[in-house]
Amino acid sequence: MSGVRVLVGTRKGAFVLTSDGRRDDWTVEGPHFGGWEIYHVNGSPADPDRIYASQSGGWFGQLIQRSDDGGKTWNAVGNDFAYRGDVGDHLWYDGTPRPWEFKRIWHIEPSRDDPDTVYAGGEDAALYLSNDGGQKWTELTALRHHPTGPTWQPGAGGLCLHTIILDPANKDRIYIAISAAGAFRSDDGGASWLPINKGLRSGEIPDQDSEVGHCVHHVTQHPSRPDTLFMQKHWDVLRTDDAGANWHEVSGNLPSDFGFPIAVHAHEPETVYVVPIKSDSEHFPPEGKLRVYRSRTGGNEWEPLTKGLPQSDCYVNVYRDAMCVDTLDPCGVYFGTTGGQVYHSADAGDTWAPIVRDLPAVLSVEVQVLP
Amino acid sequence: MIRVVLPAHLKNLAHVSGEVHLEVDGPADGGQVTSRQVLDTLEERYPVLLGTIRDRHSGKRRAFVRFYACEEDLSNEPPDTPLPERVVAGQEPFIILGAMAGG
Repeated sequence: MSGVRVLVGTRKGAFVLTSDGRRDDWTVEGPHFGGWEIYHVNGSPADPDRIYASQSGGWFGQLIQRSDDGGKTWNAVGNDFAYRGDVGDHLWYDGTPRPWEFKRIWHIEPSRDDPDTVYAGGEDAALYLSNDGGQKWTELTALRHHPTGPTWQPGAGGLCLHTIILDPANKDRIYIAISAAGAFRSDDGGASWLPINKGLRSGEIPDQDSEVGHCVHHVTQHPSRPDTLFMQKHWDVLRTDDAGANWHEVSGNLPSDFGFPIAVHAHEPETVYVVPIKSDSEHFPPEGKLRVYRSRTGGNEWEPLTKGLPQSDCYVNVYRDAMCVDTLDPCGVYFGTTGGQVYHSADAGDTWAPIVRDLPAVLSVEVQVLP
Repeated sequence: MIRVVLPAHLKNLAHVSGEVHLEVDGPADGGQVTSRQVLDTLEERYPVLLGTIRDRHSGKRRAFVRFYACEEDLSNEPPDTPLPERVVAGQEPFIILGAMAGG
């Protein structure tokens, strides 16, 4: 029977949760890198034993750890995340120019077919590429040098590049998203970039049709429909069916316009999951009820999934990289909370149970299905 | 021989326990050993520490890292300032630590 490995990044270390394919008996290993902030842990689709972890902290900066044995042992690889060329300025919160300054890596996206090729998204927003298993990182400068770059301003969490999607149908196509610049697409492997924010409506920016300046929280895609993307934004849930050229709102009956993560069912490209959060100023579930919402219609019509989740006095948050799906049948869904719980559903969201309850605040959750 | 004390997180990264002992070549002009030379030697022996104590490019000390020796805070001394003789003689350690921060 196949196995499942869940990779969890937290405020104080990384954890590896494993089970067989039944997903009802879990082993928790960790913490790895105890005391460090682990923004993201992600495995290579081409070699599941190759795993990368972003390890950072306010004291000692950024490291990248790599495991070649499925998370049992780790070695630090390269951490030279330099900005290439003219560093330039972006806008600070107060509207004044501010030089780009590297702070951390938010997201790691290994290539679909080469374990040594891996992308990393940084703060201040930059996209890096390594072709040697993370030893050497090169900035793909065209993104940061986009003509709109000097106008990008950070969201509350920083000017972070938090989403990287490598298109499964077109090796040259990459989608990324930055808070609070918006979403961008490259059709030439990162040599040039197009803002793809038409149709986004953002309540607190003066020009709703602005090319950039939208606070995109997360974007996801089903591999069978590469031109369809779903987005959880600071305001609203949206979808595009033309690779980002046009977006439209599909929030429908969701109880809130705010939230961070969004995921698509592994086998049903019109089944989408979000975790509504009450508002941008409160950052906890509406009514103290932790509810995943599922749409089986590609948005607009949403049903709350509550069985096994706390339905009173729950005031945790779920961050943008902290929800994912596995490829088993039935599809498994996983998410982690700022309260340290990692919940999973082995039946596509109908019922939930905690894998572990008392980890540090969860920053990211990824899952691997093992042969 | 220079004795260097690392904070716990950096000991873990470098896979060392206790003090690190470094043979640091002084400047060619026969002057005193400096913190820059100690850190250069430390990073050469333990490349995993590159970027964790000072910026990889500017060489600037990370904001929450401090350098102590002989009951003095040397953190804001220019990196080419000679270290105290007792540190150079191995009688006192050069202490690298994470600054107190938080509650």
